[in-house]
Amino acid sequence: MNIQLRERPEAGAKVQAKVAIADCDIHPARATKKELYPFLAKRWHEHLETYQGHPYQGMMEGPPYPKAQPNASRRDAYPPEGGMQGSSLSFMQKQHLDPNNVVLGVLNPLKTGQGLRNHDLATAICSAINDWQIEKWTSKDSRLKGSIVVANEDGITAAKEIRKRAGDPNYVQVLLLSRNVEPLGQRRYWPIYEAAEEAGLPVGVHAFGFGGNPITASGWPSYYIEEMVGHSQCQQTALASLVLEGVFERYPKLKMVMIEAGFGWAPSLAWRLDRTWQRLKSEVPRVKRPPSEYIRDRIWWTTQPMEDPERRDHLFDVINWIGWDKLLFATDYPHWDFDEPSRVLPPGVSEANREAFYLGNAKQLYGIS
Amino acid sequence: MTAPLPGGVDCDLHPAVPHLTSLLPYMNDYWRDQVTTRGMVDLVSQSYPTNSPISSRPDWRPAQGKPGSDLADMQKQALDPFKVAYGICNPLYAVQMVFSEDMQDTFCRALNDWLVKEWLDKDDRLRGSIVIPTQSVEKSVAEIERCARDKRFVQVLMLVMGDIPLGKRALWPIYATAERLGLPIGIHAGSAYHNPPTSVGWGSYHIEDYVAQAQAFQTQLTSLIVEGVFARHPKLKMVMLESGFTWLAPFVWRLHKFWRGIRMETPWVDRAPMEIVQSNIRFSLQPVDAPPDSAVLHRLFDHMQSDELILFSTDYPHWQFDGNDALPDGLSSDLVRKIMIDNPLATYGRLKETVRA
Repeated sequence: MNIQLRERPEAGAKVQAKVAIADCDIHPARATKKELYPFLAKRWHEHLETYQGHPYQGMMEGPPYPKAQPNASRRDAYPPEGGMQGSSLSFMQKQHLDPNNVVLGVLNPLKTGQGLRNHDLATAICSAINDWQIEKWTSKDSRLKGSIVVANEDGITAAKEIRKRAGDPNYVQVLLLSRNVEPLGQRRYWPIYEAAEEAGLPVGVHAFGFGGNPITASGWPSYYIEEMVGHSQCQQTALASLVLEGVFERYPKLKMVMIEAGFGWAPSLAWRLDRTWQRLKSEVPRVKRPPSEYIRDRIWWTTQPMEDPERRDHLFDVINWIGWDKLLFATDYPHWDFDEPSRVLPPGVSEANREAFYLGNAKQLYGIS
Repeated sequence: MTAPLPGGVDCDLHPAVPHLTSLLPYMNDYWRDQVTTRGMVDLVSQSYPTNSPISSRPDWRPAQGKPGSDLADMQKQALDPFKVAYGICNPLYAVQMVFSEDMQDTFCRALNDWLVKEWLDKDDRLRGSIVIPTQSVEKSVAEIERCARDKRFVQVLMLVMGDIPLGKRALWPIYATAERLGLPIGIHAGSAYHNPPTSVGWGSYHIEDYVAQAQAFQTQLTSLIVEGVFARHPKLKMVMLESGFTWLAPFVWRLHKFWRGIRMETPWVDRAPMEIVQSNIRFSLQPVDAPPDSAVLHRLFDHMQSDELILFSTDYPHWQFDGNDALPDGLSSDLVRKIMIDNPLATYGRLKETVRA
C-alpha cells in the first residue's frame, strides 16, 4: 500500500496488452468548492457560503482523525493542472484508467450530501453530485459509470432521487455509507431499498460516513488507524442489521455491495449470525432462512484493501468460503491505500476465477456487456 | 464429540447474584439504606435477559431463581461433568450500568465479597475475578489491591463495552496494578450501555446486541494494541471472554496491513499485531462461531498460527452447546491438553501458586 509509483508509460499498444479489469471503487473529486454550483439552486450557494455543511461531527472542515496523507490520497495523484487528487478526468485516464486497462470504472463520490444534518441541503447536494457525475465524468468517458448518491437519513426523498435516475445507463448502483444515524436495516432506510430494487440497481455500502455514533461501541478511540480498521466493524454490524431486520426478505431482488470494508470477516460473521439465530430466531420472525444464506446470495464485496495474510492458502480459504463469484476488484483510486492491480492476487488462482475476480463478476452484477 | 481431559480449567463460569438484596449484607449502613429507601431494583443486564435462550441452556435452567444462582447446580452441571481442577467465576451482575462512581464502587466491593463468601469458600475448585468500578480508575486500583490479597482471585474483570476504549491511557493504572500483582485482565462480553451497543447505533433486537459483541472485541483489540498497552506492560495478559475467536485471523490481517501503512502514527507499536496477540492475548473457547465441520475448524486454527491462544470454557450457564460437547469435534489430543490445561495454567499464574500452597 502507498507504493511510490514510477513514471508509467503512456497508453499504447504495450499497455493494452494488460488484462482488462473493472475498478469498482474510484473516487472522483471536485477541483474547487464551487465546481458543484452550476448544479445547485442559487439559494444553496448562499447557504453554503454562510453556514457550510453542518455534518454529524464537530469540525467544519477536515476529519477529527487526520489522515496520513493530504485528502487521504496518493501524493503522486495531484493533477498537473491543479486541484485535488481525483479531480481531473484526463489525469485519471493517464495515471490509472489507461495504464491499468480499466474497462469499467465505478464512481463512488464521497463528500456529498450524505451525513449532513440539514436534510434539504443533503438532498440538494446529492442531486447536484448526480448531475455532476454525468457532466464531468460518465458522458466524457464511457468506461466510467456513476453511483446515485442520496440523502441517506431521509428515506422518502432519497427514494424520489433514485426513481428520478432509474433507467439512466450512466448509473449502475445506489450509494450509501456504512455509518449512519441508525443501523442500515432500520426501517427509515427501507424506501431506499424499495426504490433501488424497483430500479434494478444494487445498493453499494461504502465504508465511512457520519451518523454521530462513536466508531466503537465503547466510545471514541484515539487514532486514525482505529478509524480505518474500525470501518470493518461498522460494516459488520450494519450488515447484521440488514439481515436481522428482514430487509432481504422484504426486498427479494435487492443486491448489495460492501465497499472498502474488507471481506475476510464475512465467514466468521455469517457463522456467528447463524449460530445465534438458531437460539434467538423467535425474536426475529421476519428472518426466514439462516442468515448466512442471505449473505451468500445477496452480497458482493469489493476487494480493496485486500486482506493480506502471510500465507496465500489462508486467503484462498476465506475466498472459497465467500465464493469467487462474489468479489469485485477495486483500487480505491486516488486514495493512498490504493491496491495495485497486478499485485493483489497471489499466484495459484485458476484462469476462470481470476477473470471473475478482476472483471467478470463486476460486469455481471452491474449489467455491463 | 471430543472428550474433556480431567484436571482442566473452566475459564468462564457465571455465578448469578440472586437479587440486589443478596448483596445488602456486604454493604455498609448508608448504602443498605440507600438501596432500600430509594427502592432500587435488581440489576440485570440487557446483554443477558434472564429468560433469553442464550442466557441459560434449557436443561440447566433451575425450577426457580436465576440460572447459575445455585452452587449445587453448577457443581452437577459444569464442574463435575467436565472434571475440572479449577473453575473461574466471572460474575455478570450489572454493576457496570450505574453512573455514580460511589454507588458502583459499593456494588463492586459487595459483589466481590459475596463471591468469596457464597462461592469460593464453598468449593475449593472455584477461583474468582475481581469486578471493578471503572467509573473511577483510582477506586478500581484500590479494589484490585484489596481483593488481590486473597490468592483465589486470579484475574480482574471488565466489560468489552464501557465508557471509553480499553486502550485509553486513563485506564493504564488499572493495567499497571494487574501486571504488578500477576493478574490477567479478563474482558467479558457485555456492555455498560453508556454508548450505543454497536458502532453504527442502537439496533432493534437482542440478537443484534449479542452478535455485535464480536465486533466490540475487535475494536478493543485494536485500541489495546495501537495505544501501546503491551509495549508499556509486556507481562500483562488479557483474556477475551465469550468473544468468539474465529474472527481473529482476518481481523489481524487487516490491522497488520494498516499498521504497515500508517505505523508512523503510533511508533511505539514496535511489533507486528499478531506477535502482540500471541504474547499477550488469549481467548476463551466458547462460543465457537464456526460450522460443525471439523475440516473448517482445522483451517481456522491454522489461520491463527498458534495453539496457545485458546482457553477452555463452558460459559456456564449460557447456552453455547448441548450435552457435554464443550470441545468441538476433531481436535487432536495435544490441542485438547493445551486448551484445557497448559494454556490456562500459563495464563493464570495464580492457579499454579495455589497448587503449590
